[in-house]
Amino acid sequence: MFKKTFKGGVHPDDGKRYAKDASYRAYLPQGELVFPMSQHIGKPAKPLVKKGDTVLAGQLIGEADGFVSANIVSSCSGTVKAVENRRTASGAKVMSVVIENDGQYTLAEGIGVERDYKMLGKEEILGSIQKAGIVGMGGAGFPVHVKLAPKNADEIRYIIANGAECEPYITCDDQLMRTKSMELAEGMRILLKLFPAAEGVFLIEENKPEAIAAMEKACAGDEKLKVHAAKCKYPQGGERSIIQVIAGIDLKLGMLPADAGCVVDNVATIYAIYQAVCKSIPLMERGFTVSGDVVKEPCNLIVKIGTNMAEVLETAGGIRDGKEAEKYLSGGPMMGMALADLNVPICKNNNALTVLGEDPVAKAEQQETACLRCGRCTRVCPLGLSPQEMMDAAKRRRFVRYEKKLYGLECIACGSCTYVCPAKRPLMQTFKQTKAEIMAKKRAAQAQQGGAKK
Amino acid sequence: MQEVIIATLVVGIIGLLIGVALVAVSKKFAVETDERVGLVRESLPGNNCGACGYAGCDAVAAAIVEGKAPVNACPVCNAEAVKKIGDIMGVQAEAAERKVAYVHCAGTCDKTSVRCNYVGIHDCRAAVLAGISVWECDYGCLGFGSCAEACKFGALRVENGVAIVDETKCAGCGKCAKACPKGLIELVPADKKIAVRCASHDRGPAVKKACTAGCLGCGICAKQCEHEAITVDGNLAHVDYTKCVGCGKCAEKCPVKVIEMV
Repeated sequence: MFKKTFKGGVHPDDGKRYAKDASYRAYLPQGELVFPMSQHIGKPAKPLVKKGDTVLAGQLIGEADGFVSANIVSSCSGTVKAVENRRTASGAKVMSVVIENDGQYTLAEGIGVERDYKMLGKEEILGSIQKAGIVGMGGAGFPVHVKLAPKNADEIRYIIANGAECEPYITCDDQLMRTKSMELAEGMRILLKLFPAAEGVFLIEENKPEAIAAMEKACAGDEKLKVHAAKCKYPQGGERSIIQVIAGIDLKLGMLPADAGCVVDNVATIYAIYQAVCKSIPLMERGFTVSGDVVKEPCNLIVKIGTNMAEVLETAGGIRDGKEAEKYLSGGPMMGMALADLNVPICKNNNALTVLGEDPVAKAEQQETACLRCGRCTRVCPLGLSPQEMMDAAKRRRFVRYEKKLYGLECIACGSCTYVCPAKRPLMQTFKQTKAEIMAKKRAAQAQQGGAKK
Repeated sequence: MQEVIIATLVVGIIGLLIGVALVAVSKKFAVETDERVGLVRESLPGNNCGACGYAGCDAVAAAIVEGKAPVNACPVCNAEAVKKIGDIMGVQAEAAERKVAYVHCAGTCDKTSVRCNYVGIHDCRAAVLAGISVWECDYGCLGFGSCAEACKFGALRVENGVAIVDETKCAGCGKCAKACPKGLIELVPADKKIAVRCASHDRGPAVKKACTAGCLGCGICAKQCEHEAITVDGNLAHVDYTKCVGCGKCAEKCPVKVIEMV
């Protein structure tokens, strides 16, 4: 059957077989938990506690600094061990609150109070989302209360719950949709209350039939809720791809999803919204997949935010006997970040730990040859960019051409071009570097201008 | 035979006519240029390195003659060349103090250890994007040689994991300093006598753990200095070359020998 889909994209091995049917189990961490003050895009939160303080689970420990920022909540009870710089999965050292867990998980006052969202007003709903410190849990970590307050709220036609989970190996959203479908439907109804003109769509890739069935059952009887089974193709879960499929609009340069009448949120985010609004539970835990070809017991866990990654791997049984882990990734193999050491906390936007027995990047590095001009990269780019030309411009450091003629800054770093390149060229890596350099130059120029004005 | 003569004559006469026309036109429509531009241009090094901030040596020569740039705008020029340009422009000029690049890191492979196996583009600017330092030290030289690539004078090379400057070749253009994502390269006076070969702002114990050649920020050097030329800021010693006399007392007392006499 013909299915509407986005242009470009690739079909990597989805690797979901490892953890697909491992049902959720809660993991309670031991020892210390680390809460970086920057688990989101925007200004880091300001720590509210100091060394020696006692905290309760659900207590606010970091206060949002400005509108585009997010609250940080403790996920355990215990004493504050330190407020210092700690390394996170992204590799940078970030100011963090370190809490020695007492293992009691004593809840702070007011957590878990049931509320009926139908009785709440718009402001109250947005307020409780903001208070709960919810950020985009698919990976980017954009504060959700900002996303839910677009200027054209009346023109929003679609609220899209992103359950595509196109990243290989990761299955925690699949599990979430299978087990918490009713809550997700309720979460969506909460959002529809904010945008009365919109309809709610759950977008799920075809390779998750159980999740589709569960969501369809949960949405049955409500004409404002729909389930869309999308073609299984990477990067189906990209915001632009989703909007192309659901709304049929190809986002132009500089357009935001709201301009196309869409708000896209990950299903995990919607679940967090439900928890915050209906149960008064702030963002303390999330679904987390530990998977990969050398993991002993790949699993889907419900972990507390701040749990150590090494600990999580241990609860998954560690590495299979006789195998060796060559690469640790925070996230999946397409967009994940390689980890140098596992002693980092799980943040709000980390959804998986993938352990691979061989490093395809290292292998590709040895096989790199010159560009063959085959044009496959251009064909698979979901944004319609021309990676081959961008690579050329980046190598020659022709940044103006890269930005203005080739729209290189629009690259979402999905890695599809690198995946198909028969010459094994490090395309996406180069684009990431070039983007960082151009942005750094822009910031420097802006700072200079600002200085001159003063 | 006749055809050959005719052809030669036709081409010859056309050539002559065009030649005359060209001379006439070039005299009539001549653009007046300041002859000093050419002279200044000849005195410049001609590397087109762009360190002056102009597009190249031609551009800065024009700017000097127009008075938009100072006579010593070229940081690569030596005193002799600047004097020559000064003579052309009819002003007294002193060469800017000669500066050379200096790499604030001594963390060679044997002094610090590798934290992870970096797989990716062999370029420092790409490596920092991975977020993690390849070496135990977060501040040190990555050793992929982005600076050496940027250097037009062949003055930089990476040896044993750390970039090394050949001061005789260094023209002080500062391109390497811009290329280094860790900000390890600083332009310092060529006649400096003291330099701190570390850039780590970590506290002492953390530095010690990461590298045996790191500045601990103990401040002994600052206490030794009689001229207040050396200060410890953010756990790192820094030399103020306007005050330093090069007595070497700080280097003598430095417990980790991170301050060196050069």
